[in-house]
Amino acid sequence: MSSFVEQLQAWQAGVDKMLAKRPERKKQFTTLSGLPIERVYLPEDPGDEYAQKLGLPGEYPYARGVQPTMYRGRLWTMRQYAGFATAAESNQRYRYLLDQGTTGLSVAFDLPTQIGYDADHDLARGEVGKVGVSISSLKDMEVLFDQIPLDKVSTSMTINAPAGILLAMYIAVAEKQGVSPDKLRGTIQNDILKEYSSRGTYIFPPRPSMRIITNIFAYCAAEVPLWNTISISGYHIREAGSTAVQEVAFTLANGMAYVKAAMDAGLDVDEFGPRLSFFFNAHSEFLEEVAKYRAARRLWAKIMKERFGAKNPKSMMVRFHTQTAGCSLTAQQPKNNIVRVAFQAMSAVLGGTQSLHTNSMDEALSLPTQEAVTIALRTQQIIGYETGVTETVDPLAGAYYIEHLTDEIQKRAEAYIAKIDEMGGAVPAIEQGYVQREIQEAAYDYQKAVEDNERVVVGVNKFVVKEPPPSGLLRVDPKVREEQAAALAQLRGQRDQKAVDAALAGLKAAAQEDQNLMPHFLSCVRGYTTLGEICDTLRGVFGEYQAPTTI
Amino acid sequence: MRKIRVLAAKPGLDGHDRGVKVIAAALRDAGMEVIYTGLRQTPEQIVATALQEDVDVIALSILSGAHDYLFPEVMKLIKQKGMDNVLVLGGGVIPEEDIPALKAAGIAEVFGPGTNTHKIVEFIKANVKSRD
Repeated sequence: MSSFVEQLQAWQAGVDKMLAKRPERKKQFTTLSGLPIERVYLPEDPGDEYAQKLGLPGEYPYARGVQPTMYRGRLWTMRQYAGFATAAESNQRYRYLLDQGTTGLSVAFDLPTQIGYDADHDLARGEVGKVGVSISSLKDMEVLFDQIPLDKVSTSMTINAPAGILLAMYIAVAEKQGVSPDKLRGTIQNDILKEYSSRGTYIFPPRPSMRIITNIFAYCAAEVPLWNTISISGYHIREAGSTAVQEVAFTLANGMAYVKAAMDAGLDVDEFGPRLSFFFNAHSEFLEEVAKYRAARRLWAKIMKERFGAKNPKSMMVRFHTQTAGCSLTAQQPKNNIVRVAFQAMSAVLGGTQSLHTNSMDEALSLPTQEAVTIALRTQQIIGYETGVTETVDPLAGAYYIEHLTDEIQKRAEAYIAKIDEMGGAVPAIEQGYVQREIQEAAYDYQKAVEDNERVVVGVNKFVVKEPPPSGLLRVDPKVREEQAAALAQLRGQRDQKAVDAALAGLKAAAQEDQNLMPHFLSCVRGYTTLGEICDTLRGVFGEYQAPTTI
Repeated sequence: MRKIRVLAAKPGLDGHDRGVKVIAAALRDAGMEVIYTGLRQTPEQIVATALQEDVDVIALSILSGAHDYLFPEVMKLIKQKGMDNVLVLGGGVIPEEDIPALKAAGIAEVFGPGTNTHKIVEFIKANVKSRD
């Protein structure tokens, strides 16, 4: 008997055991014509090459997905990124989305919050509540999650430089709801390296930032075990203009830097490895995108096993959230964006995503309106419930082109990783501006290809029409800043200032002495110390990052 | 003849610099000298750099929606400094309904997503003010 047949039998036995506890969504899966649909399709005679390169779903090297039954068991989490203006307004939007069938929250913070400034800081002028919700203290966080039971939802927070502080606020809100930290499910993005190369919301230099991240890993492994402590993000690398290959390469290189930092800090790879998650972009080149996710999974599994010696299969899995490509959306003929998003979302599903955000058609113009966000959510529901692509695992496997692209993306990403290794890893590569230059060159090449009509963007360089300006866009009232500033003044007047000063002094000492910062973030936020006060204290110890010049 | 000097600037806290970097490369390819401010510049810093570098053009880029506050702030300072010869452009995710107010504040033109970089080059060449 061939080894693959044995492997298949063992896999089947594992699946049967799992199904006895958790059955699939339907007893029988059939096409609209009534044709039966199998769980997994395989080549007629799967040889060694098949077993090594693709294997079975839920098994190393995970090319075919991280779960044995994938969407036959459960659809992905439909998670719409949202947040604007005040905590109270965002709370309304979350409760609306939960009523509409969204299954996880995804919090967008405004730029002052992301960069650790309170809403009344001078640099926050013009920015409060604009690209997300303004959170300056635990008070705001309490309002944001008002009447949302934190033991029932999973919450993703797009927060990086001050991720530990916002997580501490989330834990403190849960405490007030009577929910213990070991019940909390969700993700903090907490991926600082891509901020330096692609998104720009850094605060501290890379090395202290890496230390804060490993502090969070260690704290959560002990206290918040279900929490995904990082979402290593290729999304923003792609938005900054990278190719699909660069997205895989730079994301995994960043991931390797986090793993190495955590191991250097004395953590066991199989302790924190299972809580690493990823975040990818879904762009418009449909089949390349499908292959990209498969290649990323296979490459990461190999890196974790061979380079870092992981033993726990969960440490080797790329579990990932996907967002459709904001940068692909056009301000011209915005309704076309609904179609773009649908194809992009489908590629993420065919690539095996665990969680998906579909962009709203109006995002090249402003924040999404409620109608636009509803259509975006419905797009996922149509893919999940109507198109049938969810009824069998990894349906495009074995297609010559898909497998070729998967191999090729992996090979080219490996070449980039080798180059980054030569430079000493992702941190020095970013400090030297290498990653930034590679991305900006790719962005410029793409722009030139569009301008030379080598690449068609419908409505932009072909099929152009004259159209009236869009109306009914979502506007954030500039008064939000004054309201937030007034609320902060009141908060500062009411809280126990002595306790705040003591908590900040404790934080400062911990930062200087290399203690884990998470318990200090918690004691700060519990006493309503503001985000800006905490970040200023850390700025005093760590300094602020100065970007290298790359143009 | 002196090359046209452009300050490509990112006001505010927004870190999305793909657009401004692409524009900077395109303007450079078109023979202009481009200075990039880097991220998180206050209106005061941008105007001080423009003055110090003696630029002909300031190209402001913003995606976060803070253009309605930050662009007019830059124009206010430019007027205060008497920098009448500087051509100021805006770009980024800017709703059309906001453009009239930005132009009234003195922004010469606003270029939204999908703009062909040649159009920006042509606009600068046609509108840059003479320096005698």
